[in-house]
Amino acid sequence: MIGPVSAGLIGTLLPAFGILPALGGTGPGLDPWVALFEQPGLWHSVRLSLVNGLIASFVSVAIVVLFCAAWQGTRIFRVMQRILSPILSVPHAAAAFGLAFLIAPSGWIARLVAQFAGWDRPPDLAIIHDPLGLAMIAGLVAKEIPFLFLMTLAALPQADTERTARITATLGYGRIAGWFKATLPRIYPQIRLPVLAVLAYSTSVVDVAIILGPTTPAPLAVRILGWLSDPDLALRFMASSAAILQLIIVLMAMVIWMTGEKIIGVMGRHWAENGQRFKRDQGARHGSAVLAILATGAIILGLVILLIWSVAGFWGFPEILPRSFSLRLWQREYDAIGSSLGTTLLIAVPTVIIAVALVLGCLENEVRQAHKPGRGVMWLIYLPLLVPQISFMFGLQVFFTLIGLERTLISVVLAHLVFVLPYVFLSLSDPFRALDPRYGQTALCLGASPSGVFWKVRLPLLTRAILTAMAVGLAVTVGQYLPTLLIGAGRFATVTTEAVALASGGDRRMIGIYGLLQMVLPFAGFACALLIPAILFRHRRGMSAHNRG
Amino acid sequence: MPSGIKTGLELRDVRIGLDGRELVAVDLVIEPGEIVTLMGPSGSGKSSLLGHICGTLPDQFKVAGQVILDGQSLDGKAPQDRHVGILFQDDLLFPHLSVGGNLAFALSTNVRGKANRRARVEEALMSADLDGFADRDPATLSGGQRARIALMRVLLSEPCALLLDEPFSKLDSDLRGQIRSFVFNLCRKNGLPTLMVTHDPEDGIAAGGRVINLA
Repeated sequence: MIGPVSAGLIGTLLPAFGILPALGGTGPGLDPWVALFEQPGLWHSVRLSLVNGLIASFVSVAIVVLFCAAWQGTRIFRVMQRILSPILSVPHAAAAFGLAFLIAPSGWIARLVAQFAGWDRPPDLAIIHDPLGLAMIAGLVAKEIPFLFLMTLAALPQADTERTARITATLGYGRIAGWFKATLPRIYPQIRLPVLAVLAYSTSVVDVAIILGPTTPAPLAVRILGWLSDPDLALRFMASSAAILQLIIVLMAMVIWMTGEKIIGVMGRHWAENGQRFKRDQGARHGSAVLAILATGAIILGLVILLIWSVAGFWGFPEILPRSFSLRLWQREYDAIGSSLGTTLLIAVPTVIIAVALVLGCLENEVRQAHKPGRGVMWLIYLPLLVPQISFMFGLQVFFTLIGLERTLISVVLAHLVFVLPYVFLSLSDPFRALDPRYGQTALCLGASPSGVFWKVRLPLLTRAILTAMAVGLAVTVGQYLPTLLIGAGRFATVTTEAVALASGGDRRMIGIYGLLQMVLPFAGFACALLIPAILFRHRRGMSAHNRG
Repeated sequence: MPSGIKTGLELRDVRIGLDGRELVAVDLVIEPGEIVTLMGPSGSGKSSLLGHICGTLPDQFKVAGQVILDGQSLDGKAPQDRHVGILFQDDLLFPHLSVGGNLAFALSTNVRGKANRRARVEEALMSADLDGFADRDPATLSGGQRARIALMRVLLSEPCALLLDEPFSKLDSDLRGQIRSFVFNLCRKNGLPTLMVTHDPEDGIAAGGRVINLA
């Protein structure tokens, strides 16, 4: 993990100070920085990245913890759990497009309002690409909630939350207050890394920002991509310094966030001890449910509208549904669809197989050596998620060029692997470690070799967890925009790069098609992860306990 | 393979420590067919001792002394080469395999031929009064049936010694007596040196052998 990230950062850092022999940059100098600071609206872009990233992260975290506090252990909580897992697999770009189709001035919500308000033309409002970036924040929040929610869910059992909730309730605390005062302090350290990953992502996001974010000027990361793709190669130097600036912004965001953590921690301790019960928290409880449902509903509804647009005939403004449906575009695009799905799989299949094999190897080694990894290992695993993609992707490209692997499948797979590995590891490590070690001991004592135990006992018991991890990995590679674009140098047209490329064109039907295509593979993956073990072990009731992967 | 002479399981001044603290120290010889009961409160290192004997103890434990089975030292041998069987309080039947599959898992590859292996499995099922259960899903069996299958599975692996880690504590009290005598009878019949750790005094009484109390 350190390897590619540091190679990438060095590959970005050198050109940032004018060193890139391939493009004629030989001497260390500050010219790229001078050029960067002369860019109009640079500080505006920087502020947009920093402020919007912080706000989006804070709102996502707030909604998730508030919802968990208010509803943990109830039916709506379990329902959310079911709904959010598949939403997690929806690529960011698809979710952002869906949201755009929902909230745009000519979007579905405006059409709904128009029925009652009697509008016959879209309201003249800049809702998407609004200069403050509110639409972008909304898109990020809606998409980060499932991730943070599922990470929190994984942390809950370790903090004995059910019994804690019972104790705080019998001490007379309201649900939310009891949870915030007794459970959150134990949960937060466990979800801190995912939260920081969300912060790093939100502060440096590219695809969602292209689709929903402000354009004049755009957040820094989007502008960097523009400079990197500019035919004028000299701009690469400035882009590199901007990528370093982006890294600094993310670090600043983290420092601000951690300072906030400290302050809230100190204030929280006083607050926890002041004895206030907040018994009447019905309002806040329902509020949190509304927010969570709104965020989830927006993504689901958005995806439905993507689907409708992809088969829409004529669809004038105030109409809720198109007048006619047609598969004409699907037919016209048939070959292009096939080839972009093919390219996506060409990258995804080796990436996922390598990732799962590596992770299983690590975990199996952990079992055989009988040692538990410390906290530092988690930081290593999260490293690629904490460093902004754009800050080391360009450098990685420089590095691959250096070793003659530029624009090859190998380098694209390696770049994807950097982001897939952490998620596959996160998904597989808990079930793997939760497996009763006595199964392995029993098998060994029955005379099975260690590799026999791995292949005949551990792997079959973990079938569901492994398939789920593969589906997670698949969803991550399918959703990768920057690594595919930059490392592949445009040679690999996946469903996601194609979809984001359509953003500026505004052809809603085409966006609908490619938005849907982005979801096809992840959903198919998760369907397989559910169905294969169910069929394989249909006569083994005891496997259902192992099938919750 | 251990030599043909059955001399039993010898724990020669075995000491197990963790973080500089001694957990357990024993010095004893278990004759073939003898059942020795080790009693002690939880945390007294009973299970660590069994882990050490079958070779699955994590290496952060400090161990001294020798474990000798039928005249050969087990120290440094891999668990799968020790021919020491173990039963836990849970039956730990592999949920992904059928009852017959679980039993066949334990059979040595020296038993060749599908029909031959199947016959051995059927034979084992018969001696546990479970004939015809080979294709059943272990999850559909009762606790007593599962416990008997677990024992048959260990025995099919042809161990030279047997370790019992509180094997009856999860069974209903009316079932417990029945399974106890089933297990103990087979241990004696197969001439297995058997070491049982438990904190139920009745287990020790039922075993009818020596009872050693750990402090």
